[in-house]
Amino acid sequence: MLGILKSMGMTARACFRKPVTIEYPTVHREIPNRDRAFPILIWDEEHDEPFCTGCHACERACPVECMTVVMQDNPKFAAGESKRRKIIDEFWIDYGRCMRCNICVEVCNFEAIGMNNTWAGHELSRYDRGDLVMDLDMLLSQSKKKMVDPGLRA
Amino acid sequence: MVVEQDAPEIVDIPINMGPQHPSTHGVFRMVLVVSGEQVLDVTPHIGYMHRGGEKLMETMDFRQGIGYADRTEYLAQFSAELAYCLAVERLMEIEVPERAQYIRVILTELNRLSSHFMFMGAFGIDSGLFGTSFTYAFREREYIQDVFEEVSGDRLMYAYFRVGGLAWEVTDNFVERVHEVLKSSAQGIRDLDDLLTRNEIFAARCQNIGAFTAQQAIANGLSGPLLRASGVPWDLRKDEPYSVYDRFRFEVPVGHYGDVYDRYLVRLEEMRQSIKIIEQALEQLPPEGPIVPEKMPRRLRTPPGEVYAKVEAPRGEWGVYLVSKGGDKPYRLKMRSPSFCNLSALREMTIGQYLADAVMILGSMDIVLCCVDR
Repeated sequence: MLGILKSMGMTARACFRKPVTIEYPTVHREIPNRDRAFPILIWDEEHDEPFCTGCHACERACPVECMTVVMQDNPKFAAGESKRRKIIDEFWIDYGRCMRCNICVEVCNFEAIGMNNTWAGHELSRYDRGDLVMDLDMLLSQSKKKMVDPGLRA
Repeated sequence: MVVEQDAPEIVDIPINMGPQHPSTHGVFRMVLVVSGEQVLDVTPHIGYMHRGGEKLMETMDFRQGIGYADRTEYLAQFSAELAYCLAVERLMEIEVPERAQYIRVILTELNRLSSHFMFMGAFGIDSGLFGTSFTYAFREREYIQDVFEEVSGDRLMYAYFRVGGLAWEVTDNFVERVHEVLKSSAQGIRDLDDLLTRNEIFAARCQNIGAFTAQQAIANGLSGPLLRASGVPWDLRKDEPYSVYDRFRFEVPVGHYGDVYDRYLVRLEEMRQSIKIIEQALEQLPPEGPIVPEKMPRRLRTPPGEVYAKVEAPRGEWGVYLVSKGGDKPYRLKMRSPSFCNLSALREMTIGQYLADAVMILGSMDIVLCCVDR
């Protein structure tokens, strides 16, 4: 009997605690700077082009093979506006396959890829699996608009 | 009119439990043969969650495999990562820097706390407390996971340990955050202690069921809290220390009766000991230093050979057996998961018990079905 009273006392004590839950869809928890959502590409403000040169390092290192990279000659290099000989032409990441291991970020030599650390990187539910395959514009758009500054980089 | 009725004849009835049953902690199926309320026979069926993880890891190099170690044991991810890294390090003869060792120990022990909190919550549900213990235990677990998220960037699949050390440096306020979380965890342990240990209903539900003697436990190859509850003080952290565990002072709690209640008590005490270990580790943690060895090859290649590394995971001995023929991938990888080995004792434990207690016995094993099936 004493034990039951003790446990009831514990639950009664909990009434006077501050609530720790938040009403999620309307209120968002603050997420840490290092948070790893899904990989995105980063935009080079100085040269007005992506950092990515399409070197295939991340594609080779990806454990789940969710990336497809196509490289091209940089037209800006020929015009003398940029130091990058090669630049990314097409880039697809299948977010449905990605396992968010951060290896692509680690192997990148140009700090061109980073993990999205905003809520936009988490709330990605789609009606069709195919919609989870992101192309170059989608991958670059958040960094272009300065919405993201990945905490973890190469 | 009076209908004459004979006393109902008691026949043996097979009862199917699972795979979609809330108390099986995943997808696990038991076929119980019962006579009245008593269990006569149990046939466990596993394999619903088999993904071929070991085979998959053989196609990956030693950095890529770490993500899969996480996904095998999703309640004690750091233990799984640690065992995998230890195996490769032993094969390559890499010396891990001290700071990395200490951070590994701190995180692994915090993971033990979070895993045992999960057990307390789920075990409360099994014993009929419904959500009461679950919500309290889960709140404490969330605090611990917040630290993991700040350090590694992910809430569940950390992928933070690397062969040779750690993936990146911990956050600047890591030590303070761990102290904070230890405080809240200590309070959480006290709360659960108040809520469950002396509660007569809970104790009556747990005592004297599924009891195993020390000999039975050893004969069935149990490890971890299940073995210690039967009175065998076997703890790899103490008996075969790995990493820097030989530098800490802690006790190995043992039970007397080996029943479900003792398993609960052993885990509760283990949590207190984990807090002790973390406090000592935080004191001894070198404030600065490398987290990966200086001479680390860019591409990890092991010499040919085989190695078995084991760690004391929250559920028992987690081992990784690795065979290499040279090169950057394992030739064969086998994970000895404590959940699977402990589950093999289910039949012996359950036969002769009541049907309602079968749920408690399964709950007291604290299995992770993902790591049973792999």
